[in-house]
Amino acid sequence: MKDEVTREERVDALGGMGCKRKRVEDARFTQGKGNYVDDIKLPGMLFGDFVRSPYAHARIKSIDASAALALDGVIAVLTADDLRPLGLHWMPTLAGDKQMVLADGKVLFQGQEVAYVVAKDRYIAADAVELVEVEYEDLPVLVDPFEAMKSDVVLREDLVGEDGSLPDGAHGPRKHHNHIFTWEAGEKEATKQVIDNADVVATETMYYHRTHPCPLETCGCVASMDKVNGKLTLWGTFQAPHAIRTVVSLISGIEEHNIRVISPDIGGGFGNKVGAYPGYVCSVVASIVTGVPVKWVEDRMENLMTTAFARDYWMTGKISATKDGKITGLDCHVTADHGGFDACADPTKFPAGFMNICTGSYDIPTAYLAVDGVYTNKAPGGVSYRCSFRVTEAVYFIERMIEVLAIELDMDAAELRRINFIRKDQFPYKAALGWEYDSGDYHTAWDKALKAVDYDGLRAEQAQRVEDFKAGKTRKLMGIGLTHFTEIVGAGPVKNCDILGLGMFDSCEIRIHPTGSAIARLGTISQGQGHATTFAQILATEIGLPADSITIEEGDTDTAPYGLGTYGSRSTPVAGAATAMAGRKIRAKAQMIAAYLLEVHDDDVEFDVDRFVVKGAPEKFKTMKEIAFAAYNQAIPGIEPGLEAVSYYDPPNMTYPFGAYVCVMDIDVDTGEVDIRRFYALDDCGTRINPMIIEGQVHGGLTEALAVALGQEIAYDDMGNVKTGTLMDFFLPTAWEVPNYETDHTVTPSPHHPIGAKGVGESPHVGGVPCFSNAVNDAFRAFGLRHTHMPHDHWRIWKTANQLGLHG
Amino acid sequence: MSKKMHIQMTVNGEEQEFLAEPRELLIHTLRERLNITGPHIGCETSHCGACTVTINGKSVKSCTMFVAQANGAEVTTIEGLGNPDSLHVLQEAFKEHHGLQCGFCTPGMITRASKLLEENPTPSEEEVRFGMAGNICRCTGYQNIVKSILAAAEELNSAKEAAQ
Amino acid sequence: MIPAAFEYHRPKDMEGVLAVLKEHGDDARVLAGGHSLIPMMKLRMADVPHLIDLQDVETLRGICMDAGTVHIGAMVTQAEIIANDQLAQAAPIMREASLQIADPQVRYMGTVGGNVANGDPGNDMPGLMQCLDATFTLVGEEGERTVKAREFYEAAYMTARDDEEVLTSVSFAAPKGGSAYEKQKRKIGDYATAAAAVILEKSGGTCSAASIAMTNLSDTPIWSEAAGAALIGTAVDAAAIKAAVAAMLGDIDPAEDNRGPIEFKRHAAGVILSRAIARAWDRA
Repeated sequence: MKDEVTREERVDALGGMGCKRKRVEDARFTQGKGNYVDDIKLPGMLFGDFVRSPYAHARIKSIDASAALALDGVIAVLTADDLRPLGLHWMPTLAGDKQMVLADGKVLFQGQEVAYVVAKDRYIAADAVELVEVEYEDLPVLVDPFEAMKSDVVLREDLVGEDGSLPDGAHGPRKHHNHIFTWEAGEKEATKQVIDNADVVATETMYYHRTHPCPLETCGCVASMDKVNGKLTLWGTFQAPHAIRTVVSLISGIEEHNIRVISPDIGGGFGNKVGAYPGYVCSVVASIVTGVPVKWVEDRMENLMTTAFARDYWMTGKISATKDGKITGLDCHVTADHGGFDACADPTKFPAGFMNICTGSYDIPTAYLAVDGVYTNKAPGGVSYRCSFRVTEAVYFIERMIEVLAIELDMDAAELRRINFIRKDQFPYKAALGWEYDSGDYHTAWDKALKAVDYDGLRAEQAQRVEDFKAGKTRKLMGIGLTHFTEIVGAGPVKNCDILGLGMFDSCEIRIHPTGSAIARLGTISQGQGHATTFAQILATEIGLPADSITIEEGDTDTAPYGLGTYGSRSTPVAGAATAMAGRKIRAKAQMIAAYLLEVHDDDVEFDVDRFVVKGAPEKFKTMKEIAFAAYNQAIPGIEPGLEAVSYYDPPNMTYPFGAYVCVMDIDVDTGEVDIRRFYALDDCGTRINPMIIEGQVHGGLTEALAVALGQEIAYDDMGNVKTGTLMDFFLPTAWEVPNYETDHTVTPSPHHPIGAKGVGESPHVGGVPCFSNAVNDAFRAFGLRHTHMPHDHWRIWKTANQLGLHG
Repeated sequence: MSKKMHIQMTVNGEEQEFLAEPRELLIHTLRERLNITGPHIGCETSHCGACTVTINGKSVKSCTMFVAQANGAEVTTIEGLGNPDSLHVLQEAFKEHHGLQCGFCTPGMITRASKLLEENPTPSEEEVRFGMAGNICRCTGYQNIVKSILAAAEELNSAKEAAQ
Repeated sequence: MIPAAFEYHRPKDMEGVLAVLKEHGDDARVLAGGHSLIPMMKLRMADVPHLIDLQDVETLRGICMDAGTVHIGAMVTQAEIIANDQLAQAAPIMREASLQIADPQVRYMGTVGGNVANGDPGNDMPGLMQCLDATFTLVGEEGERTVKAREFYEAAYMTARDDEEVLTSVSFAAPKGGSAYEKQKRKIGDYATAAAAVILEKSGGTCSAASIAMTNLSDTPIWSEAAGAALIGTAVDAAAIKAAVAAMLGDIDPAEDNRGPIEFKRHAAGVILSRAIARAWDRA
């Protein structure tokens, strides 16, 4: 009898890194057995609901809750006055500002939380909200950040001294009472000189409109205070459960060990669920006050109007180059509209996130960036919507500037990129605005992309189309969108990355069971990325046990090791690294056990797929399964029983995924309608853990990019009313509006990451937005267009065509 | 609060009787009263389809139907399509082709797709995209959802052929 | 989004419906598919103390055709219209337009009656009914009366229907010639940026009859007699289409909204109408 299992079969049996493992999450989701926050039901649970301001800027003269309180089933109506004695009427924001939990004398944006009704069920709560009478005195509304910086109207009286002085903000001096901070990077004077003396300079101002991550599940929580044991349990849609626990502890005074935060299944996050919102604080207070669990789940309008907008950057750029197209300098100024409170979710030292990655994929020797944050009467937020901190803004900026420079130089935009890419031999590359890019091979990716789409053929077709258009043979123009993006993800090194003082490391704890299966817990939390599938794959390869025998658990702060959560594509770069490192600790101990069992020296055994073998004698081995059993059940001199490990990983650097995208679209100049004929996406995310999941992430990120580029916005009128508060007007594309995408890849591993992985979830969004936008702009290049703002919805495209005289 | 009314309906083959306010939205009846939490609440204005169930043979957004309207109706949710021992072909196909990520839209998506395939057992890709346009997914970009549904259609058809 | 409480009525016949309407007057509203009314109730923008669900009123159902006239009960859904081959034969524009309304789930619920009766200028059926020169049957305490679709709409949400009347059916003569329904929208589920319903008859290479209506470009649907007249007697060439568009642009009065400013809507209206005319002519 022969029991010949080949090495290849043993590798396959693990289901480790690189294979298209089917997702373990899917069994419950496809059967309707996910467990999301709104699925949680506890005995006696009450419901909270907000009275919200219809005004964008108003003083509150009075709140009368008597009629609401008289309604059968209403337990309480909380206002700022009730929270003040607890010191909870304001709360700290992640950006070093503070935010009203409930309106304290005034409101600063439409939809702001004014009172919190607690009732026996959500129907009674909704009825009670209607019965709370609030008297407002409206104030002048500022919705334009440039106007806000000139206006006498003071939005935040709490940030102005009694003598009218302006105390410094969390990020230094303030220039005006509606100004939040100025943040700078790079060399101002040197950049000015380079640009002043350049052969060619292109200047452009672009607005990256306000939008919203809008996951299909809104934000919500269930707070349950167990007064007997003094323990608070908080279930919620939290992308960073551990950080939420610490924040709740800091603001409530409840000791951290008495707080258990649980993120159950999360129905998409995309940055919306990073922050702490008034609903969480009010629910906790309500549960403490009533002694029973309280649930709060926002509805879709509340979600779009109040929690976590994204973008809203006005960016002015100057880019200089030699006559033959070598870029010499880049200057960028941003006016950032942060709304009524600065609640941006960025690492503390980076009030404009990683906007200073705005030199992109290019070797730009000199650069300068300045960002001014401004208060307006809009909702607070400023989250990273499917991107690392402000990286979509940065990439959009540079990829548009490149196109504008190409026009200025009368050059092909693909060629202009090619001659300015950072070369492979320049990595690690120190960029002018401070970052050190870990690895890249941009030219290879670019050439592969252009070849795949027959770029020259496309340009020839486009030229013909322009001729046909001019000859009256067609009313459709053709746009070719190009983008080469470089992201900066995986925040991040604790030396410069923290949120509210919490270092941005992440963690993994592994426990191997005696029979050779395992559980691993991480400080991150999946919102659809498939962590339970992919982290088990990393471990399978690292520790030689089948992925199917490894349970991955996240989101319960009582059991999972401390970590900063999932956003900014940090799960694989940081927690994935911790997983590999913890796995290696397991392996190190397993090696000693194997050597003992095989009666050889530790150095005489080596790891081979799923076992340790005696060097030079592969027939002598112990499988990891055998080693696991021995670890618990055999007395081994000098080695304590058990097989567990924990790793807290502080990354030495960020990772820098990149990609090359091409979009081909046809544009009807009469209706402004767009038809995406082709979209090719090449992603290089370093080592690929699960190609199936990577592809899915790319499809999803591109679709969110399509939405943002072509219509998705949070728009306000002059009175500060939100014009896009439901899914009728807030554009989420359906299957009908979305094309099929072609995906491709190159692999340039990260040199500093234990498995070489860089992260991919956000790349397609970051690269997709400028690619769609460049295609629209490119379609009109032959008719003299330099730049038109997003979102490129029908009427704005029509307007562009109209202004170019294309309607006769 | 208004007067409660007596409601009777069949949900996933089980007879249900209870008293409810007529304004109760069917999605709340299912989720809160009957603990059938597969259908989800996404947009509340009948745009996203996360709450899709089958009522008397029609795909319906249960956030936009009062329980009173469903009095006497036959309702099928994702929980009624298959069970752990015998999954619906679509449930298998979504797993096989990575037709889901966060899972929040998935119950509505699969429930709708089951009705689509009943009405059109051999849809083209375009017909799938058009027939699924009442369901929004924020994660997948639809490509693998479409793939899953087309694969399920093929599977159902070859099973049918084999049976003949 | 939770609606306010209401009392629910589900009468079996029109007498029952009218009795509730009579008793509660302004406080009562009828519910067909509910996909306009229920969201408004959930947003608490519609206050409906008494809701009358029409689903059990059998006489409001059914599509029938006799002697070239099509009768469609108010409770017939868009899905039923799409599925009815006989109707598609007699009036293909009904299927063509219905497929462009909302999304599949909504079309299972959305009814002809609800779509035409509530007076929402965004709805597709009103313009279509005007194009078809349909007749609406209204039933009230005083009995039955009919109103032409072209005389039914007074302003946004204001129609010739009295509060205590119910629109029970629509009927129209099966159109002759060629027809087209063209709609520009931002995405599936959206109302029209501009939509056009066109029916043209051809006789020996020239247009012998024309009916043209547009949707969501005024506070009511716009049936433009002048636009139709501009085509009659012509070969529906570019000049004639241009004249028809010019006539229509004289009749519409779009408002700015998230779909765009007025000038864009006027432009889109012209483009959509031109395309609808060209397609209808092609089919005539």
